[in-house]
Amino acid sequence: MSNITMRELKEDIRTGLKTKELVLSMGPQHPSTHGVLRLVLELDGETVVKCTPYVGYLHRGTEKLCEHRTYLNALPLSDRLDYIVSMANNVGYVLAVERLFGIEAPPRAKYIRTIVSEMARLSGHLLWIATHALDIGAMTVFLYSFREREWLLDLFEHLCGARLTTSYPRIGGVRNDVTEEFLDSLYEFTEEFPRRIEEYETLIDQNRIWLQRTKGIGVISAEEAINWGLTGPVLRGSGVPYDVRKFAPYDAYPWVDFEVPVGKNGDVYDRYKVRMQEMRQSNRIIKQCIERMPKGPVMAPDAPKFTLPPKEKVMSEMESLIHQFVLITKGPIAAPEGEIYSAIEAPKGELGFYIVSDGTGRPYRLRLRSPSFVHASVLPRLCEGHLVADVIANIGTIDIVLGECDR
Amino acid sequence: MEPLQIAERLRERFPEDVREIKEFRDQVSVIVKRDHILDLLSFLKEEPDIQMDFLKDLTAVDWLGKKVPRFEVVYHLYSIKFRHLLRLKAEVPEEDPVIDSVMPIYIGANWHERECFDMFGIQFRGHPDLRRILLPEDWEGYPLRKDYPLEGYKGEKDWSGFREVLQIAKRNKKFDWYGAQER
Repeated sequence: MSNITMRELKEDIRTGLKTKELVLSMGPQHPSTHGVLRLVLELDGETVVKCTPYVGYLHRGTEKLCEHRTYLNALPLSDRLDYIVSMANNVGYVLAVERLFGIEAPPRAKYIRTIVSEMARLSGHLLWIATHALDIGAMTVFLYSFREREWLLDLFEHLCGARLTTSYPRIGGVRNDVTEEFLDSLYEFTEEFPRRIEEYETLIDQNRIWLQRTKGIGVISAEEAINWGLTGPVLRGSGVPYDVRKFAPYDAYPWVDFEVPVGKNGDVYDRYKVRMQEMRQSNRIIKQCIERMPKGPVMAPDAPKFTLPPKEKVMSEMESLIHQFVLITKGPIAAPEGEIYSAIEAPKGELGFYIVSDGTGRPYRLRLRSPSFVHASVLPRLCEGHLVADVIANIGTIDIVLGECDR
Repeated sequence: MEPLQIAERLRERFPEDVREIKEFRDQVSVIVKRDHILDLLSFLKEEPDIQMDFLKDLTAVDWLGKKVPRFEVVYHLYSIKFRHLLRLKAEVPEEDPVIDSVMPIYIGANWHERECFDMFGIQFRGHPDLRRILLPEDWEGYPLRKDYPLEGYKGEKDWSGFREVLQIAKRNKKFDWYGAQER
């Protein structure tokens, strides 16, 4: 201020005030960027003129690490991609490796995997609605949805001993069978959960502030969304019924009955609606899986070549001890030479694994197609020309996790 | 349409460019030359009974010492209407790692191409904003190339930002905490 003389100030007032664009660096430690995303916003008043995202603060070189590990050892790395729904990533990874080796999990394992990946979807969507509503200004939803998320995480702990970094599915099946108590308490959850979803909806669905902050914001048309490569609820919010569970069914999805909810306008509100409906469908899938769960083994018969045997068998059986020894020292048997692209419907969108094998026990190249990376790239398209406040709503609606985006 | 049929159609239309068709576990990959990649992709996108409107993924593979054109840029194309998947692999030699950007056809290729440049050093001709994306701008080398060591370059060739942190740590170690308190 001191540089401006009184005369200049008078001059300014007479000729009209001079304006210039303001550059605002948002993040990487901003609470509503859901991790370490940095946006550089060029503002004209409150309108965003240009938005440049910067990612990579959480880059750990997962793809390079996978090249130096055996197929067995690379599984825990997939936990650290989308760390709030690690179960779904595990399922995606083991499915890709199974397709490469040409083995198939037994039906019971398939049902269990479907249950856990739908539980992961629920916990991911619960975290999303919590943080999204918190960003927009509805704090109460956060408290309610974390109550149910805790319930799910406790069930995960019951199942495999870990709440977040689960590493539960194995190549050729799952690590251990589910107990009756687990199924009972999960069934209790599915009975109760639809009422809880209604509770969240009463909090925000008719809320005038919520509607004003979400309706007509971040609109993207169906054609444009496909061209940008968007997947998951973000694409379905624009009215495209693309869902990997229906288009290329895996695990137990062909045997259960569910619908794919789609939106119409492709704005923040429609994507919110799609995710809320998806939670109901996930609940339905879990319920059906529990009811139809067949008896039988949870590991494929040829699985010992790929996966460590259970500890009690190692201690009591010679054959298992040999398998364990060979797997630890030499790694799993060599994969057939070839390449495979396998995708699952992760809570955020399509999570793809492209594995190139050169006929050894390690992947020659493992590429992760993460939905968050693609969704983060669409942010400038959604934000430019809108208000700063809508940037927050847009970050929330594309539902990114930076662990998966930066890999 | 079956993916193999699409590959044959592509070979009929562009006999010069398609080099090889491979099938593994019901997935078809077509190895093509890099020169007319834009024409190939727009043919696959525009043809009414193929309509590959969705670019699932774009990445590269380094075949150091295994194949002669060292790099392959891999496109995974999908049709949401007809539900078929095709993999296109364009060969890119080591001495001139340049290929046309496919952003005019699939705008979503933007960040994938930037990542490809970041990790493999492949230049995409016509890309509006080809910068490093996951790594810092002053990073040296391309980490996903096979001749890049797993733990990175050590010592003087390490990233300048990391060396700075190490120097600060060293300086702070020497700092006389007890003396400072007395003062």
